Amino acid sequence: MLQVNNLTVQYGDLTIVDHLSFTAEEGQWLMIVGPNGAGKSTTLNAITQGTAYTGQVLFEGEDMKKKKAAERARCVGVLMQNHFAEYAFSVEEVAALGRYAYSGSRRIADRDTAPERKTTAVHLPRPAFLAGRSDEDERAVENALALTGMTSQRKQSILTLSGGELQRTFLAQVFAQDPKLLLLDEPTNHLDLVYQKQVFELIEKWLQTPGRAVISVVHDLSLAKAYGTKVLLMNHGRKVACGPAAEVLVPKHLDPVYQMDVSGWMRQMLGQWDG
Amino acid sequence: MEKNRFSIIEFVIFAAVTFAVLCLCICIGSVRIPPTDTMSVIWDGMRYQVDLSAAKPEGLQASIILSVRLPRVLCVAMTGAALALAGGAMQGLLKNPLADGSTLGVSSGAALGAVIAIAFGIRFPGLPFAGTMVMAILFAFLSLVLILTLAYRLDYSLATNTIILIGVIFSMFVSSLMNIIVTFAADRIQHITFWTMGSLQGASYQNALVLLGALVICGGVILRHAQELNAFAIGEDNARHIGVDVRRVKLVILITVSGLIGVCVSIGGSIGFVGLVTPHIVRMLVGPNHRRLLPASLFGGAVFLMLADLAARTLLNPIELPIGVVTSLVGAVVFVVIFYRSRRHS
Repeated sequence: MLQVNNLTVQYGDLTIVDHLSFTAEEGQWLMIVGPNGAGKSTTLNAITQGTAYTGQVLFEGEDMKKKKAAERARCVGVLMQNHFAEYAFSVEEVAALGRYAYSGSRRIADRDTAPERKTTAVHLPRPAFLAGRSDEDERAVENALALTGMTSQRKQSILTLSGGELQRTFLAQVFAQDPKLLLLDEPTNHLDLVYQKQVFELIEKWLQTPGRAVISVVHDLSLAKAYGTKVLLMNHGRKVACGPAAEVLVPKHLDPVYQMDVSGWMRQMLGQWDG
Repeated sequence: MEKNRFSIIEFVIFAAVTFAVLCLCICIGSVRIPPTDTMSVIWDGMRYQVDLSAAKPEGLQASIILSVRLPRVLCVAMTGAALALAGGAMQGLLKNPLADGSTLGVSSGAALGAVIAIAFGIRFPGLPFAGTMVMAILFAFLSLVLILTLAYRLDYSLATNTIILIGVIFSMFVSSLMNIIVTFAADRIQHITFWTMGSLQGASYQNALVLLGALVICGGVILRHAQELNAFAIGEDNARHIGVDVRRVKLVILITVSGLIGVCVSIGGSIGFVGLVTPHIVRMLVGPNHRRLLPASLFGGAVFLMLADLAARTLLNPIELPIGVVTSLVGAVVFVVIFYRSRRHS
């Protein structure tokens, strides 16, 4: 589904990502792990065209650079690690913005590039500012709110939500966006355990529909091991190892990268827990 | 379904209030004219415009209303609407409730452009104010680009404090340049208070027409981008992720906002805080969704500036205050309230 070839990102003289290549296939949950400054988030940023890069990012064989913004959003969705709300938008308004890439005249203009949507009803060309939400949009938003458990709070202002509720609101937005590939940048970094569990379970459920894939950056190696079907270990912008968790998350690769006995530490932590 | 746009009933209510305030402002002044007389004079004047065989309204009341108050109040209303719309759009685009032409220094930039045009005699043949206006728009745009570039360099997230601080400093710098030019070309240029505090005294129908044009073109484009502004108001990265062409939208909004502010400044000088206060109050009434906020701000801005103008010309009658004195008095208080509230949030 996604093919990254020789991705290099430089800020001035500093090389953040260095000739990185990897792929993500349908049904996979690719976990990107590595120490701070390894270039994990920058890699995600390059995939969504949020930063300048050299090399190639191909989505289903097509160059992401050549896609229009709305078209990109129908392929790839992003859930960021934290959100700073300034205005009192409602939960529903935030979730409904996920349908932006399908709104108004853009739907007509891009129909050829979105063949899977040809089967839906014929839409009259309406300028974007007049277009309300279509039935399909309505349904997608309802489903997303229901899936994330935010339906009862749909009218609530996002300024009054807890961190976990806010993250679920943005998860509802990206579910409504209905991308094929979901990128997560440390999605549960600021959330307590209950919400961490909730978010990961929701994403695992989302991934069960065929034709979808997830790439997430995580710090917690145990989460990577538990949920990842494939792990990419990065250090100093380069790929250290990539493959099934059982092959990548081993002392041979981890210890030099983190410069410590990672497995020993994990065992010690969990051992204390059981004791 | 949630209220996602400005309903017809809301439209009628806002329009009715705006119209009522407009009538009030035409009736009240140094000479008080009863509303019924005012209406009949305006009606006769309109009839005369359409049908030249109708009787031309004459007399003192008619000339006060038709050649002094009506054009002024129309210009005030449209300036207010344009500034409020520009403020609302910037507050959404920058996700910053304190953004406004005056707090970012864009109005000062526009005024500098206008002053340069007048001092150096930059004009287009056949179009008397075009030189001043084009220079004001150009300088408004350049100021915005400069301030945003500086702010982005310091702090990518465009934190409230950074951008306001840069705006204030820029504003002071530009004002001093303006002062120098005004001092040297005092014979050609209106007094400095016009450029720093604004005035719509002596505004003409021609000015009103230009303002209307700017509102229709720039305002129309801004209103079409309400959904994109919603996305920006939630966050620029989020906007990009959901499929907004962020570079294009940013450029379009910056150009149209500069157009509105440039036209307003070249006609009425820089009138501060209208674009700050109005969207803030309107947001409390209709919520932050730009599909509702922007149209409501148009009416709100018109009402706010008409009342400010009314206060400016009646409070200390027969002395007339510059209109910006009144808006800044109100605006400064609102600014402090928003600032404290946003600081408490974080």
